[in-house]
Amino acid sequence: MALLEIDNLSVRFATNDGEVQAVNQVNLSVDPGETLGIVGESGSGKSQLSFALMGLLAKNGRASGSVRFDGQEILNAPPRVLNRIRAEKIAMIFQDPMTSLNPYMRVSDQMAEVLTLHKGMSKRQAVAEAVQMLDAVKIPDARGRVRLYPHEFSGGMRQRVMIAMALLCRPQLLIADEPTTALDVTVQAQIMTLLADLQREFGMAMILITHDLGVVAGSCERVAVMYGGRIRETGPVGPLFAEPAHPYTQGLLHAIPRIDQQGEELAAIPGSPPNMTHPPAGCAFAPRCPYRRGGCDDQRPPLEGFAPDRARACFAPLADVLAGRETVRVADLDAALGDQQDDQLMPEAAVAGAGMAAAPSKVDTHD
Amino acid sequence: MFAYIMRRLAVAVPTLLLLIVFSFILMHLAPGGPFTQERELPPQVLANLNAKYGLDDPLWKQIINYIWGIVAHFDFGPSFVYPDRSVNELIAAGFPVTLTYGSLAFVAAVAMGVGLGVVAAIWHNSFLDYLAVGISIGAQVLPNFVMAPILVLIFTLWYGLLPGGGWSFNDPSFWIMPVIALGTSYMASIARITRSAMLEVLGSNHIRTARAKGMPEHRVILRHALKPAMLPVISYLGPVFVSMITGSVVIDIYFSTGGIGKAFVDSALNRDYAVMMGVTILVGALTILFNLIVDVLYAWIDPKIRY
Repeated sequence: MALLEIDNLSVRFATNDGEVQAVNQVNLSVDPGETLGIVGESGSGKSQLSFALMGLLAKNGRASGSVRFDGQEILNAPPRVLNRIRAEKIAMIFQDPMTSLNPYMRVSDQMAEVLTLHKGMSKRQAVAEAVQMLDAVKIPDARGRVRLYPHEFSGGMRQRVMIAMALLCRPQLLIADEPTTALDVTVQAQIMTLLADLQREFGMAMILITHDLGVVAGSCERVAVMYGGRIRETGPVGPLFAEPAHPYTQGLLHAIPRIDQQGEELAAIPGSPPNMTHPPAGCAFAPRCPYRRGGCDDQRPPLEGFAPDRARACFAPLADVLAGRETVRVADLDAALGDQQDDQLMPEAAVAGAGMAAAPSKVDTHD
Repeated sequence: MFAYIMRRLAVAVPTLLLLIVFSFILMHLAPGGPFTQERELPPQVLANLNAKYGLDDPLWKQIINYIWGIVAHFDFGPSFVYPDRSVNELIAAGFPVTLTYGSLAFVAAVAMGVGLGVVAAIWHNSFLDYLAVGISIGAQVLPNFVMAPILVLIFTLWYGLLPGGGWSFNDPSFWIMPVIALGTSYMASIARITRSAMLEVLGSNHIRTARAKGMPEHRVILRHALKPAMLPVISYLGPVFVSMITGSVVIDIYFSTGGIGKAFVDSALNRDYAVMMGVTILVGALTILFNLIVDVLYAWIDPKIRY
């Protein structure tokens, strides 16, 4: 049985400009011990999806649908129920280790309170356990450093502290929301290796939320690609990267800079992500899509299986998309958009929009 | 930390000296003097009075004599207007009064202001929030010279519960109205600062982490949110505490409390140089002291601040 089952999950935010449809009818499941990657550019709803699971949405956010953990419904569960699952069963680490730790408390106090709260340990036991966990995330001199404040650690070390804190109760599921985005490249690799090692050691499942396809390729078994709050394509990481079946996945993969690509313009997906306050009636990707056809602008393509374990949400025939994969070029896409721009200069919006999606650090790991 | 406090206290000495010199010069620049009256004194009498109080010396000599008196004998001089009383006596009589109602008003304003602000922030955009904001706006827009007569009207004239003025250290019923009249607008400011600081902290990433750790909301607020939310409040409270315990002329006059707030204003109007200087030095010294206390509290709350 799946450890986590997400059915028809939607997240809406009430704002002064209207309702923002951040996440729309998402279905996902995570098996025990499995690693699921959720990929998408900024604003695709991937982080809000994870906050909804944990009941951490901002006050103006509403989640609907169903999320079952170990068979128990946890979506919109009362705080009493959620607080017994948070940290104990499902733990979370966040994007920005600089601000996600409490700057006014010693690391020992922040870590120990998790154990005194959930495991009823004494403060002393809890601190001893915290030191062990800091050792496990390879923080040198953990015994001495546990007494320090977060600002006395470097960025990478702080993320290690976050990870150690998340693992204190040996959760069955770890949600990592862009765990390496705020770190520099060499540290990113260390953190990802550490996460993979710990995951194996503790036998936990992981949801890895990222815009970094290199990270996904290196550590995930399955991938879900999100755009405009919906899942566009899911599948095992190998086949999905080798033969992306959705134009957006193709665009993302194509936008990864290659080490052997010399002196060329960096590829990007032209256009910018949709405004989710007024989402398009049809496919949200249609305005940026080189395979757009009649119907794309008025109807939403459903997520449909087309091969074992694989599904995509696109009206363009699979064969066309697979065959056209090699010919997708910025110039073609500009033409498809009807842009009159000089093809040496990408529209600013395209750079801004696709830049976030295509800022990988590890290159070519999928080849 | 100890070295830092010592250093700050050492800096306080030249600061106070500068304060004394500047106020002394400004005071003497103002037209008129302690013996200027509508009916002019005979020149010989005026000259004798000036000689008696040393006002015929050059200004620099007066300043040095004045400072020497303070340093050597802790003597702030005699009052020029009430010849039988020294400044020390005047302050000793008035300051305990303002210190009493000022500190009580401070404690009440902080307790209620922080309470209202926290409640408003936790239940942001709810009825409780609007109520708390409403109360603090109401308290803010009512100046104490309007507040005081309203209080007297209600508690003295209508219900006869409290004395309408005067002061007694033994009877707290004299304290209640000065405390309320002085404290309300401060309470309102504290509530507004607390609310916005708390809202900001509650939206920060480390609070989300605390919630993700499965902590009950009241522990999130007490353990994780309250301390950082108090930083802007504390920096406001330092100078506020000083101005509260050194009294308010409106309160002192309206309730006839005999505090130094009134003494200070009277001294300025009468050109009672020595009393003016005495109260100025008192307020200056307290301001320096409480700014230091605020800085120490800051370092205690925020470990990133090191001196």
